[in-house]
Amino acid sequence: MIQQPEPKRDVLARRESIVAGLRALLPETGVIADALRLKPYETDGLPAYRQLPLADAVVLGLMRMNQILDIDYADRCATVQAGVTNIGISQAVQERGFFYAPDPSSQLACMIGGNVAMNSGGAHCLRYGVTANNLLGLKIVTVEGEIVEIGGAHLDAAGYDWLGLITGSEGQLVLVTEVTVRILRAAEGARAMLAAFRSNEVAGACVDAIISSGIIPVALEFMDRPAIHACEAFAHAGYPLDAEAMLIIEVEGSVAEQDALLDRLREICARHDPISMKVSSSPEESAAIWKGRKGAFGAIGRISPDYLCMDGVIPTSRLPDVLRRIGEMSEEYGLKVANIFHAGDGNLHPLIMFDANDPDSFARAERFGADVLKLCVEVGGCLTGEHGVGVEKRDLMPVQFSPTDLDQQRRIKEAFDPQWLLNPSKVFPLTSPPALAHAA
Amino acid sequence: MSGAVAPQDEAGVAAAVAEAFAAGAPLEIMGAGSKRGLLRPVQAARALTTRALTGITLYSPHELVISARAGTPLAEIEAAVAEHGQQIIAEPPDLGPLLGSEAARTLGQTLGGVVATNLSGPRRVAWGAMRDHVLGVRAVNGRGEVLHSGGRVLKNVTGLDLCKLLSGSHGTLAVITEITLKVLPAPPATGTVVLDGLSAEQGVAALAAALGSPYGVSAAAYLPSGAVGQLAGLAASATLARIEDIASSVTYRTTRLAETLEAFGRPRILDDATSRALWRSVRDAVPLRNGNGNAALWRVSVRPSAGPAVAQAVSAAFDARWFLDWGGGLVWIAGPATEAAHTAVVAAAQAGGGTWMLLRAPDGLRAAATVIPEEPAALARITRAVKAALDPKGILNPGRMYVGV
Ligand SMILES: Cc1cc2nc3c(=O)[nH]c(=O)nc-3n(C[C@H](O)[C@H](O)[C@H](O)COP(=O)(O)OP(=O)(O)OC[C@H]3O[C@@H](n4cnc5c(N)ncnc54)[C@H](O)[C@@H]3O)c2cc1C
Repeated sequence: MIQQPEPKRDVLARRESIVAGLRALLPETGVIADALRLKPYETDGLPAYRQLPLADAVVLGLMRMNQILDIDYADRCATVQAGVTNIGISQAVQERGFFYAPDPSSQLACMIGGNVAMNSGGAHCLRYGVTANNLLGLKIVTVEGEIVEIGGAHLDAAGYDWLGLITGSEGQLVLVTEVTVRILRAAEGARAMLAAFRSNEVAGACVDAIISSGIIPVALEFMDRPAIHACEAFAHAGYPLDAEAMLIIEVEGSVAEQDALLDRLREICARHDPISMKVSSSPEESAAIWKGRKGAFGAIGRISPDYLCMDGVIPTSRLPDVLRRIGEMSEEYGLKVANIFHAGDGNLHPLIMFDANDPDSFARAERFGADVLKLCVEVGGCLTGEHGVGVEKRDLMPVQFSPTDLDQQRRIKEAFDPQWLLNPSKVFPLTSPPALAHAA
Repeated sequence: MSGAVAPQDEAGVAAAVAEAFAAGAPLEIMGAGSKRGLLRPVQAARALTTRALTGITLYSPHELVISARAGTPLAEIEAAVAEHGQQIIAEPPDLGPLLGSEAARTLGQTLGGVVATNLSGPRRVAWGAMRDHVLGVRAVNGRGEVLHSGGRVLKNVTGLDLCKLLSGSHGTLAVITEITLKVLPAPPATGTVVLDGLSAEQGVAALAAALGSPYGVSAAAYLPSGAVGQLAGLAASATLARIEDIASSVTYRTTRLAETLEAFGRPRILDDATSRALWRSVRDAVPLRNGNGNAALWRVSVRPSAGPAVAQAVSAAFDARWFLDWGGGLVWIAGPATEAAHTAVVAAAQAGGGTWMLLRAPDGLRAAATVIPEEPAALARITRAVKAALDPKGILNPGRMYVGV
């Protein structure tokens, strides 16, 4: 279990001086009144505790840096401060028919700085890519306090790909204060369909058939039976309750183009013995379909107040085996699980339900989760597709990386942050010696 | 290069680099050698080529991934994916003929070389760069250690992203031995909307309208009349916007796009075959091919609306041939290989708030010039520290990007 350390006396003394320092810096606002309350800010509260400082650290909250600085439709980019929410960017440009593509389910709350730090994805990243694919420039602050601009409004800055390395680095390398993103003109329209199947295997085979046909839908989402039931109870989207597995498939274009694509998709689904197929007939119906999917975590929360959301990635063709194994583990550990899957790109979110009042149940949930992630690596995938390593997965890193790989990553981390001051105790396992001698 | 070490496998690469590390002896790293003339000349007594590391190691069309050893000719990979109706997304150019490389003519560029230089073609503006589709790499660092990053799945945020760091690092951080790419279905049809005779400013404004339309434009270029040359279907300056999709959608979208662009002139629509040939020429910078063999060649990247000003500035400074891709943001320039011309290119790129790359010049100019922008002090420090983290003795392509790196 991840514990937040009890502050020691000398730590508290340091906090007093930090608070005094902050008061001197910001005499008017008096950010923090009480040293004991110098604690992590919370944005989205995902149980990976990503913004939880485990060492004696100051938490820098950037949510007040929430200004949109520039929108340039001719050059199709926007520059915003790190604390602007993901949805805030799309909302700022939607009057002109533009949007910011990566759309994590947490988009109402999460901030673009956090998206950069985590390289967040979304339901539409099969078509539009993840955060790293939609950035042009960053303003960063190095651990030495230097402010540097990387990239700009142009593509493919020369030199090492700092944009690519910093994106997804989980705050290990630098602080991000400003972000220049690409904004895109939305397609003429979009429509979703649902297809319900008798087994996970058949639904998985249908995903393969769709991709093999040459159609890349803008979104291709999979839910298993427990997820369908939880989400339907929450969103009333007309999800098929008799199905073992369901696909949400979305296409874009003019109405005629949507019709043509949906016809082909219906044909492919029909070859997989579907229980039912339903094409959304209105924007409201499409919105309800997405409400169920995007609210999935909350929906699970309504049936089990405590759950672990895992985030492994697998080669898409391994879906049926992996779901079967997860089902077996669910029996072994005596814990229920619901599976949500970005089927087009192999990103699997098993939601493991447990009871936080029962320490044994929580311990089992953690072991179950770790086993699922090890399984993902074993079948050729990885530990995390979009939520990051943080604290939760740092000790699993050796499952995916050799000691040489990890040492190399640590040396790169040290090139930016020689004293291991940024987000200490995250991402890298605490066990192995060389670099982490500094971090303790 | 004769005398280059050509290991047969990754272990051989690791052994060769480890030996060079022990001796502190610099190595020039290359694939087929078609891009040896890019950026600065490397001072190394020995060369190591990945040419013998060939072969596709995994191709799973329905999972949209292909892996191949770094020395595999790009053409072989393109052919393999084409057989399954797929394509390499970033449409990497074949600059062999332009760079005048004999090696490229006989061997063809390698996958490793394309990734190490992160060169992307016209589709980059809509679908991302070469580096955006590198899902996994295996590589040997400057200590001779085998590394891997990423993998064979489409999403992965586990640990630091060395795939992106190594893409575009021009062989200065590690020798890439194997690469996994995301691929996508190749749209069955292509069409192009062309506006004839616009000025560069008008042309780029039209391209902004095209890229800002809901029709999914996959490439947008402007060729001044001097660059149109013998390209089929074109006469005066040409403003070009491409649609790639299923045939019925190409018909629909080019028609609608042409209507949208009527404000700028009289749009014409080019058919599939003409379009494909044309975009291949844009991709490979064919309009700049002929001319003095010693001439220098640059790629400048600025915000798209600044492209015309860059072209104008360099044209005022010297006898420049140029054209614009990426909606106006990528300025291809050919001109005399002089310091004065290079200085003018640099000044124009800086005025446009962008970046530049010297692609071809005689060794003297390459060694003397800032072939890519110098970084601000804080970043330059990090560049050196990251270089040292991967290649502590500075034996991999020393000096290729910056003096002393
Ligand atoms: C209900 C729910 C649904 C989610 N759905 C998705 C999804 O669909 N796709 C997806 O990818 N993720 C998803 N996530 C995960 C999470 O929302 C994303 O990782 C998001 O990008 C985090 O942004 P944030 O602003 O909340 O960052 P925080 O949680 O505040 O920070 C995340 C990490 O980044 C670091 N960091 C934050 N800002 C900066 C900065 N400016 N500079 C440097 N480092 C920084 C922090 O130190 C921390 O380590 C979901 C989470 C929840 C709770």
